[in-house]
Amino acid sequence: MAQDRDTLNPQRRQLLVATSALGGAAVVATAIPFVASMAPSERARSAGAPAEADISKLGPGEIATVEWRGKPVWVLRRTPEMIQRLQGRDDLLLDPASERDQQPPYCRNATRSIKPGIYVSLALCTHLGCVPSVRRDVAPADLGPQWPGGFYCPCHGSKFDFAGRVFRNVPAPLNLEIPQHKYLSDTRLLIGEDDQSA
Amino acid sequence: MANNKMTAMLQWVDERFPLTATWKAHLSEYYAPKNFNFWYFFGSLALLVLVIQIVTGIFLVMHYKPDASLNANGVPVAFASVEYIMRDVPWGWLIRYMHSTGASAFFVVVYLHMFRGLLYGSYRKPRELLWIFGMFIYLCLMAEAFFGYLLPWGQMSYWGAQVIVNLVSAIPVIGSDLGVWVRGDYVISDATLNRFFSFHVIAIPLVLLGLVFAHIIALHEVGSNNPDGIEIKKKKDPNTGIPLDGIPFHPYYTVKDIVGVVVFLMVFSVIVFFAPELGGYFLEYNNFIPADPLQTPPHIAPVWYFTPFYSILRANTINFFWVDAKLWGVIFMGLGVVILFFLPWLDRSPVKSIRYRGPIYKGALAIFVVAFLILGYLGMLAPTPGRTLVAQICTIIYFLFFFLMPWYTRIDKCKPVPDRVTK
Repeated sequence: MAQDRDTLNPQRRQLLVATSALGGAAVVATAIPFVASMAPSERARSAGAPAEADISKLGPGEIATVEWRGKPVWVLRRTPEMIQRLQGRDDLLLDPASERDQQPPYCRNATRSIKPGIYVSLALCTHLGCVPSVRRDVAPADLGPQWPGGFYCPCHGSKFDFAGRVFRNVPAPLNLEIPQHKYLSDTRLLIGEDDQSA
Repeated sequence: MANNKMTAMLQWVDERFPLTATWKAHLSEYYAPKNFNFWYFFGSLALLVLVIQIVTGIFLVMHYKPDASLNANGVPVAFASVEYIMRDVPWGWLIRYMHSTGASAFFVVVYLHMFRGLLYGSYRKPRELLWIFGMFIYLCLMAEAFFGYLLPWGQMSYWGAQVIVNLVSAIPVIGSDLGVWVRGDYVISDATLNRFFSFHVIAIPLVLLGLVFAHIIALHEVGSNNPDGIEIKKKKDPNTGIPLDGIPFHPYYTVKDIVGVVVFLMVFSVIVFFAPELGGYFLEYNNFIPADPLQTPPHIAPVWYFTPFYSILRANTINFFWVDAKLWGVIFMGLGVVILFFLPWLDRSPVKSIRYRGPIYKGALAIFVVAFLILGYLGMLAPTPGRTLVAQICTIIYFLFFFLMPWYTRIDKCKPVPDRVTK
């Protein structure tokens, strides 16, 4: 370091810098396989096969949980009252018209579903991924008089209606995610695949 | 005769390795201030707990299996292997309880060690780098605790990891892809368990050991601070060059630290043998239920040592500017830890120790400690509107303590600092 600038051989110095730069590039290149190895493996990727759900035994107001890609998916048979109560509360909701991209295009409608009576969504809160609990009771003491019935996340208090639309002033920023799905028949549902995107 | 042989052997070693020189430089001729008090136990105790964690960890790995698949009884293999350690491995319960109690004990001694730094200004010049190494050690400890907590594969393990990894997804644009990369899967799964195991038993401990080494080397370079915040190196014996207020670390402080170790081990043993779960604070009850990806426990809370920062995370419920509340929560939680790194430059007081500081700093520190404890308490409870409001107030106090520090420490009315250490 204390070497006089005049005694430095500029050509050697240039070679030193070039060699160091190349060595640095090699280190970065070598890191790539290690970093990439942490991404989901081929097996994990292929485990994302669609899941089939039989909804013939689902009574009115009943909810079934189906496992798809290791995540819980709800299938809820909404009663006419539940569908009725989805309306007229838009001012309480953050994204009542489903403008944020949380559902396939065919579910961007008033009930966020293909058939109004059947609601399908991931059962994971969009805040930090807890499973919300189903609160069918209307206007209970703990959730207030405005509560129309819906999903309540016990972790941090996020609220969603029975179309998975998030309320205002709760930690969750988005409506519940609706996966691709399609009807194989009137009673059989395929989650994770649809005809549009195939 | 025997003595001669020992001397000859030592000389043989010293010609090849600086054994005697190292012993002198770091123990028998390392001069520490003579006025250390109670607060100076926690550095050596942290080292003791580190040894306990490494030794018990080595033996736990002999029986633990990081495997999320279900065994013949339908129980995840990882969860079952922890139960196996508890029930079938000879003394396995003791080793595991030492490890789980050690985790909490680590944070107890480290928080007290850090508070000592706040009391006596131990982070001030020339100890800034020493403090920064210490802060990196604290980060490593948090990482160790977080990765280790997934391993028993209980309900709290699973959902705690789910919540914390999802914090990453709050980052705009790359967040969700980054979350997938961290998990190695689209959900917390076997891949996640295995990599967390790898981080917990090899990657982080290696970094931790390196940092502890650097922390001690930096400490011995600048010398220990003391309750008076006086540099003892400024007053040296003109003949020997030894600080007048210094005493050799060995035997004086080795003996003192052994007293601390004995008392610590008594408390530690009482917890390990009589209350290893400590009422759900050291081992949460929900974690005795195997992980269920389809069912969140009704109430989830992190272990006590994370709860102040968890409270800060939850306290942000308002979207402001163009950023939503979820990301603000993550930013403030991160900032709550990162701001500690800048403490040496935020504090502009002319004195180091609380003994000579004025009323403003004393008051600020007291309010800060109370706010930190309240945040910790609230972090264990389910949120209600009232509690959220209290957490928001305490979060503001937490940050004001740091952000206003450059001003209030300068205008504070400090007392004159003596030339030599007292008592």
